[in-house]
Amino acid sequence: MPVNVFLILGMGLLVGFISGMFGIGGGFLMTPLLIFIGIPPAVSVASVASHIAASSFTGALSYWRKNAIDLALGFMLLGGGLIGTMLGVWLFTALRALDQLDLVISLSYLLLLTSVGFLMMVEGLRAIARSRRGHPLPLRRAGMHTWMHGLPLKVRFKRSKIYVSAIPVWLIGLLMGFLGAIMGIGGGFILVPMLIYVLRVPTATVIGTSMMLTLITMLAATVMHASTNHLVDVVLALILMIGGVTGAQFGARLGQRMRGESLRLLLGMLVLAVGIKFAIDLVATPSEPYSIRFEETAR
Amino acid sequence: MTARALLVLAALLMSLAPAAAEKLIVSLSNHRVLVTSSFTGEHLVLFGTIEPDTVRGSVRASYDVVATVAGPPATLRTRRKDRILGVWINDASREFIDVPAYLAMLSNRPVADITDLDTRRRLQMGLDNYILEQRVGADFADTVENDPFRAAFLRLQQAHGFYRENAAGVTFLTPTVFRAEIPLPATAPTGSYTVDVKVFANGQLIVRGDSALEVVKTGFEQFVAVAAQHYGPLYGLFAALMALVAGWIASVIFRRD
Repeated sequence: MPVNVFLILGMGLLVGFISGMFGIGGGFLMTPLLIFIGIPPAVSVASVASHIAASSFTGALSYWRKNAIDLALGFMLLGGGLIGTMLGVWLFTALRALDQLDLVISLSYLLLLTSVGFLMMVEGLRAIARSRRGHPLPLRRAGMHTWMHGLPLKVRFKRSKIYVSAIPVWLIGLLMGFLGAIMGIGGGFILVPMLIYVLRVPTATVIGTSMMLTLITMLAATVMHASTNHLVDVVLALILMIGGVTGAQFGARLGQRMRGESLRLLLGMLVLAVGIKFAIDLVATPSEPYSIRFEETAR
Repeated sequence: MTARALLVLAALLMSLAPAAAEKLIVSLSNHRVLVTSSFTGEHLVLFGTIEPDTVRGSVRASYDVVATVAGPPATLRTRRKDRILGVWINDASREFIDVPAYLAMLSNRPVADITDLDTRRRLQMGLDNYILEQRVGADFADTVENDPFRAAFLRLQQAHGFYRENAAGVTFLTPTVFRAEIPLPATAPTGSYTVDVKVFANGQLIVRGDSALEVVKTGFEQFVAVAAQHYGPLYGLFAALMALVAGWIASVIFRRD
């Protein structure tokens, strides 16, 4: 489909900039932006997957060099992640046949983004208020045990220095793979908090490990979407990649000069805003209630 | 047998009779449109000459021309959103079967002024009279003109530039030489197109001519389209590999440590 190359490149740069600034993949912004400019949601989701793979590979490489990836944890997450991706692509195909894919993509974005955005904003505001009063919140409350630690099948991850049940690890992987395939997001902005708060992965390895998971599930999603739904647009993906990886470098530089609390508040507001946009589009009376879909072209 | 032979003979006579009176010669500026990655649409030019009947030529007041350009057949589904529980959801849908993916109706004046309704219906002149077969439940039929799905289908196809109706699309250069521009959008479907030209005089069809053209993707576009459709897994692997290479290049270029 003809879309303006410079518009896509600009969006890639912008999203790349934001993703670099906040240290996230940016899929949750890229996919909605593509949908908002009129690219079919199905194509957006499938093509963004390869764009996220590219940007998380850049990130994973740099964390690899710093030895900040927990491979054992990463592989276990991946086990769940690949199953989740398969389930996601299967559901994606089924929903597309029922004409309800776009609706489910919009609803998933609405639910995920508004809830996560709201939580992030509240968290960011609290952190700012606390640091004004002079006692900042420690990120990792060491030694705290929850019901999670009573689960069986415990595994020790030496690199991250944690001893946890394999069940939540597989479940988190599964969820991330599933969401990634359906929504075209790497999910770093949910995965990182989950790894920190649920599995108590230390900050030293959390981002590198999450990038490894994102990289491989997104590569798998790209291949699966291409083979089942024929929806990946490599030209679109390539333009996004070029813009994305370039923008990320500049964003990262600005991000390092900003305070963590303000960053989280800003990111929360951004996520919430995108979620609200989805809500408006779902509820507002469409100017054109009809749409056309190509079934097949006889040649 | 004899009845059938008679019918064939009658049909032959009907088609030959006017052709013997007037001749129509049409020519397209280009029979093969190449869609490359920089394709932004194209205007093809159709030229035609009506050679008047030497005997009756002087009596004809003026000619009218209607050109119909139809693209390759495609099956399209028109869906309607309805508000369910406060949210707009794709609800009802109707399938249009083997309708032209591209359709242009060009004429020198509104088709309604050229001939009567019966003839317009019979010869499918104007988008309103074009037969668009739909699957309605278990049946296949075209519906009435003001059917909401049909109207929405035509409206959307026109908005996307796939369907056009232009009552000033044909211009007469001399009383017998005409020219028509066929606008192909950037998204022109690939495949073979037929061009059907009808010439009218005093509301009567007097001669018909046809031509054809082909829209083909070439080069990179062709390669990508074929790969995506027919070699899905390989294409996916290629996309994945491309992502890895792009990511790696970026990490080399912007390496800071």
